[in-house]
Amino acid sequence: MIRPLLARLAQMIFVMAGISVVTFAIFFATPGADPSARIAGRNASPETLAAVRLSFGLNRPLPVQYGLLMKRLFVTQDLTSFMNRGELVVPQIFAATPVTLSLVGGAALLWVGGALLFGVLAALRPGRMLDRGLMVLGLVGISMPVYWLGAVVNLVTQSRLHETWLFSWVPPLGYVAFADDPWGWFKVLLLPSFTLSVFYIGLYSRVLRSALIEAHQEDYIRTARAKGLSERRILLVHALRMSLVSVVTLFGLDFGALVGGGALLTEVVFGLPGIGKLTYDALQTLDLPVIMATVMYASFFVVAANALVDMLYAFIDPRVRDA
Amino acid sequence: MPELATPLLQVRDLRVTFQGAEGPLRAVDGVSFDLAAGEILGIVGESGAGKSVTLLSVLGLLGHTGAVVEGSVRFKRRELVGLPPRELQRLRGGDIAMVFQDPMTALTPVYSIGWQIVEQLRAHSGLSKAASKARAIELLAAVGLPNPAVQFERFPHQISGGMRQRAVIAMALSCSPAVLVADEPTSALDVTVQAQILELIHRLRSDFGSAVVLITHDMGVVAGLADRVMVMYAGRVMERGSARALFEAAMHPYTWGLLGSIPPLSGPRPRRLPSIVGMPPAPDAMPSGCVFAPRCAAADARCATRPALPAQGLHAAACVLAPDERAAARARCLQGGLNA
Repeated sequence: MIRPLLARLAQMIFVMAGISVVTFAIFFATPGADPSARIAGRNASPETLAAVRLSFGLNRPLPVQYGLLMKRLFVTQDLTSFMNRGELVVPQIFAATPVTLSLVGGAALLWVGGALLFGVLAALRPGRMLDRGLMVLGLVGISMPVYWLGAVVNLVTQSRLHETWLFSWVPPLGYVAFADDPWGWFKVLLLPSFTLSVFYIGLYSRVLRSALIEAHQEDYIRTARAKGLSERRILLVHALRMSLVSVVTLFGLDFGALVGGGALLTEVVFGLPGIGKLTYDALQTLDLPVIMATVMYASFFVVAANALVDMLYAFIDPRVRDA
Repeated sequence: MPELATPLLQVRDLRVTFQGAEGPLRAVDGVSFDLAAGEILGIVGESGAGKSVTLLSVLGLLGHTGAVVEGSVRFKRRELVGLPPRELQRLRGGDIAMVFQDPMTALTPVYSIGWQIVEQLRAHSGLSKAASKARAIELLAAVGLPNPAVQFERFPHQISGGMRQRAVIAMALSCSPAVLVADEPTSALDVTVQAQILELIHRLRSDFGSAVVLITHDMGVVAGLADRVMVMYAGRVMERGSARALFEAAMHPYTWGLLGSIPPLSGPRPRRLPSIVGMPPAPDAMPSGCVFAPRCAAADARCATRPALPAQGLHAAACVLAPDERAAARARCLQGGLNA
């Protein structure tokens, strides 16, 4: 039990180190990407540039700069922003994480539940009206860009229909911490999570449906029928369980990417100060320490989510346990 | 006692039609047979002869394919054709169980073999969890799995093919079915294991008292195990009879061909084994006369009208040949196969 965990940890460190070097190289070492010029502003004099370099430590050799950056990010955790000097980066990350986790966690619940429901309903009778209707609906969900859907949701619930009984409960944009007001937290996240989940509900319903239909061609389903099991039990206990294997892979990748900042558009549209929003703002001003920190954070979550999926695999599929 | 006279399973004029892309395709045409309690009936024929489809339709396992099943199937005097799916479901695995060809894929990979046996037990009986587990371990022991309590927890991928087929058989027998349908139960196994599984089926027939329908393409398997044999070709019964009669005095040229393709154990070694020339007809291009005539060396003008299988008689064949013509025709058939 200890060895695989250690191996996983070593793998994670290796991946994150690689990503950090690449990110550093892109923003600090690419010819023409002189961070000091950006900090000093337009038409800065050579003296100002030199002063900026000295002040930000940009005059030292690149490996030393990289080492210092990593040390201040992970060890002393006193890395400060280039734009708002003195503002610590690490606490910003920690403040933004719960927002993103709440949003993406809620969306994941919705999309897994929705996909299970629609996928199973569609697979009950492939080719029939219900199946076709649900699959067209799924395609619509996949086709709607999340920023557009978010804007429409905002338009309807915040403005056009806000005064009606239907949407008068919708709170203003922004975030409410769970610790402060659990009910407010739920209300403020419901629509953003839903908006984020629509694409994934469509995608996962379609994936699950085809996995279920494929599973129904298998011999073990025929055995299950010959055993005299009900069609419902065959679908839910045998076919669905086998289909989950392919869905779990997809889920791990998507969930990791979203928690790592992939929910950026949703966060920006709904004014949620999450990791995506933080990355977005840092990219606007090219605030390198913040970018570096968010990229590290994102890679951590992608790798962690994959590790989680691997463990879930072993739980779902005994064949993996022995491999 | 008329009770005893009624066979356990009585199939009359069974016809199965699939919807093909270019019209209906008849996979089984006018198959009739009886199965008495405790008896082993061998159904022999090439791939695509309709052996499996016949039995799948008896169990109502073709429902989801859109196949149309006509005729009559009586199990313990109860008509199964046209029975609601729920009623058929209750029969399957309880009164009529089935073992399939490939034990590698016949079990759901994510559940332990014990769990899968318990699932079937609990679907058909009110046994408690603990009682079903005890029963499952008993069954695993009965089919010759060493350490049944340990095997109970194993997953299908953790045991060998032969052991898996034993587990599948244990599962099929779990509810003491009156009829066990074994669809090529040994074809996917290697030869030594094949013999063990056949021996097991033979032994279990007496232990559990189940009648067995053994579907196979292997005449050798039938010779060792079956009481009666039915030879199928292109969805029709060509010949039926006791195993002994069939091996000693086969009447149908197709049966001769099947028997001729078994390598002889004694005498000089043949330079080539006789084979039946040609291919079985496609379901959408059935000959109007005898379906075997295009491949039959003994065929003549009489074969243009399709011969019916006599409804009466223990040993009968759907062939026009008169008893005194058979010896010459048989020699011609085997010779023809050699020259091809």
